[in-house]
Amino acid sequence: MVTAAPTGAVLLSLDGIAHSFGRVRALDGASLQVRAGSVHALLGENGAGKTTLMRVVFGLLRAQHGVMHWRGTPITMRSPSDALAHGIGMVHQHFTLVPSMTVAENIALGGHGGFDPQQAATRVRDIAARAGLVLDPNAHVEDLPIGAQQRCEIVKALARDVTLLILDEPTAVLAPAEAAELLRWIRGYADAGNAVVLITHKLRDALAVADDITVLHRGRTVLTTPARDTDQGRVADAMLGGAAVRTADVLTGRDVTDIVSDVTTDVITDVVSGAADVVNRRAASALPRTVLALDAVSVRDANGVDRVRSATLHVHAGEIVGIGAVEGAGQRELLRVLAGRLSPTAGRRAIPESVGFVPEDRHRDALLLDAPLFENTALQGAGARRGVMDWNDVRARTSAVLHRYDVRASGAEALARTLSGGNQQKLVLGRELEAAREALVVENPSRGLDFVATDAVHRALRAARDAGMAVVVYSSDLDEVLLLADRVFAMHDGTVIECAKHRDALGRAMLSGASGIGNGMTAGIDA
Amino acid sequence: MTALRSFAATTARVLVLLAIAIAMLAVLLIATGHEVIPALSAMVRGAFGSYYAITSATIVRMVPLALAGLAVSVAFRAGILNIGAEGQLLVGAAAATAISGTLGGVPWFIGIPVILVAGAMAGGAWAAIAGALRLRFGVLEVISTIMLNFVAQYLTGWLVRGPLQEPTRVNPQSVTLAPELQLPVLLEGTRLHAGVLVVVLVAIAVWWWLRSTASGFRLRAVGATPTAAASAGGIDVPRTLFGAFLVSGLLAGLAGSVEYTGITYALYENFSPGYGYTAIAVALLARLHPLGVLATALLFGALEAGANAMQRDAGVPNVVVSVVEALLILLVLAADRWRPSRADETGT
Repeated sequence: MVTAAPTGAVLLSLDGIAHSFGRVRALDGASLQVRAGSVHALLGENGAGKTTLMRVVFGLLRAQHGVMHWRGTPITMRSPSDALAHGIGMVHQHFTLVPSMTVAENIALGGHGGFDPQQAATRVRDIAARAGLVLDPNAHVEDLPIGAQQRCEIVKALARDVTLLILDEPTAVLAPAEAAELLRWIRGYADAGNAVVLITHKLRDALAVADDITVLHRGRTVLTTPARDTDQGRVADAMLGGAAVRTADVLTGRDVTDIVSDVTTDVITDVVSGAADVVNRRAASALPRTVLALDAVSVRDANGVDRVRSATLHVHAGEIVGIGAVEGAGQRELLRVLAGRLSPTAGRRAIPESVGFVPEDRHRDALLLDAPLFENTALQGAGARRGVMDWNDVRARTSAVLHRYDVRASGAEALARTLSGGNQQKLVLGRELEAAREALVVENPSRGLDFVATDAVHRALRAARDAGMAVVVYSSDLDEVLLLADRVFAMHDGTVIECAKHRDALGRAMLSGASGIGNGMTAGIDA
Repeated sequence: MTALRSFAATTARVLVLLAIAIAMLAVLLIATGHEVIPALSAMVRGAFGSYYAITSATIVRMVPLALAGLAVSVAFRAGILNIGAEGQLLVGAAAATAISGTLGGVPWFIGIPVILVAGAMAGGAWAAIAGALRLRFGVLEVISTIMLNFVAQYLTGWLVRGPLQEPTRVNPQSVTLAPELQLPVLLEGTRLHAGVLVVVLVAIAVWWWLRSTASGFRLRAVGATPTAAASAGGIDVPRTLFGAFLVSGLLAGLAGSVEYTGITYALYENFSPGYGYTAIAVALLARLHPLGVLATALLFGALEAGANAMQRDAGVPNVVVSVVEALLILLVLAADRWRPSRADETGT
């Protein structure tokens, strides 16, 4: 762990920043102080507000409340060019490079005056050399590996003479060796008198390189501490919200049983809601059949990064397996391998011919928004169908799905676009459940849904489980995973670890890759 | 029946648009210093003024516009921006010309279908080039089909001066098609040929295919949301796209061979007065509905027939009508955005 005690003056200070998107409070009193010469890790779960806060600093968003000070003076950044003029640069998680242009051209973009390729290349070479980054100014960005594209983004910021560099999840796309290289560079850059804000949800990265740590939870700063005064366990606890926050969650409605009574319950009658019933039922059934089986399965992406590493996971008939993971831990690929939508690059997979799949982005991956509902039902299995469509039959089956899964629509002819998010989700779920009788894979099942719709979706999942299906649920909300699952697994950096069905255990396992509490302090960069 | 309803709705739309077109045309005529009434009456006479105008000018122009319009509709429904109906039509006509030279003594009931099919297949093959470029190398079909239009145009120019030139080698055109291989004229004393029946049958077939078959549904699903088609439907998206390229090209090629066997009876350099481009307007105006294409092709057939008459009789350059056509398309595209979707309230 690097703990050179920095004594720099406060460069950036944020106090009580609040920002809402419509009714969603993304930031609710976030505070942060960044000192010159320091690396400041900004940590939090998915959706904790880390990126939103930094977008305020970079002038992409205007804070609705709160004060920002830059070098001691109150200031509001009006735009990214305003922020750059003050010496604040940001490298976004999704790069903003023009693929067909060269590195030098990309870095010259947004500058002023004429463009001389020779001069631009020399300048880039100088900046990169001074910063200690390897970068060929004349390479086309589209030909560069992801790590070099990131260096290009960093040099682009450095070319504007920034003193504060914000890096949003910079290691998420990198292979381990590249990530270690980058972290080393970040340390050196800060030691030269600059400052870095490192947005991450990788605890190990943060503790390895940062001087100071700020943890956000639900848009609020819940922990600010020098890195050397804390450990992985305490930071993880803060990221997960701490005991006080969890109690509040239950009071504000995370406990859905109160709402069940408000919902029409005539649809799915065979719902098992109590955990005791689950235990009894599971005990009663002898040796459950394995429906989905992955053995040492790996998935390598187009950049050569292993998104899933030798994962072994068996899902039995009549159980819900929950998966907890931070963004980009490989759960996206794992779910698609389980659902038969993606082929593993290594390992053995045994899954039924048809696995139901409810993806998190239903508008992109599950629905034809401008088509009527019956055509959306027909979409399931359309690839293998031959001959003439029996639309009357499809309409009848669609009406049955609408009825059974309580989809509120004017009828099978309604356009999918006209349905609310909850009803769209129930339609997708119903369609998949009608088609696949053995297994169902669900990704963020309640994304964008209100409590009532969430509850209906949860009951449908439990009903499927009780009907003997093997169900896999991933949610970025840990509470949802724990609420639904019979068994839970954490994913960390591509590996799958079975955990105790307990919030702290699951949270720690997905953040640090270890299932124990308080260990895993392997903070070295190369670990 | 939903099909009849949508056909009726399209027809009503076309009539409204026709009224708007005439109003816009009047404004343009005033702006360009022409007398409105004589010009408009020349136009209406040219399009609908007589039995002969209707059958031999308007409907005759509707035939290639409708077939090429169907070609564009199929491609656009699949999300493919095929701007190449013009080139596919020309290649279809060239193939029809080439094969008809080998059909001496073949009875008409074999010869005519062979010619029509040869044109369609050539058009399909021409579109398949753009399809392969897109799927194999990621070349945007908007670019490749436009480029292939130029290739087809100059290819036609070379053919009628080279391999397909008439034997006297005087005119840059092919030999006239033998009368027994020409499409029969339906009404004595007019140019109305059996191609109009082909168009209606093909439009119904395309409509039925898109609406009622599994492969037609796959094409529409891929056009609507390719990611969902692949993920939720397990549809082979590249394969479906390639099929759409092929069918679109087939239809445009058929437009070429029908025009050759029904009207021109020969291949020459300016064989198509831009039917393949106007077809894009025809398809968009019909909202890509195969039966609607029949109605909008008739509208554009009338506009073009009328434009020629207006130029001849009232001295108004026919580009004025091209301006009106373009304005109509913009109007339709804008109206589609403004109109709230009511489909969920009308259907049960």
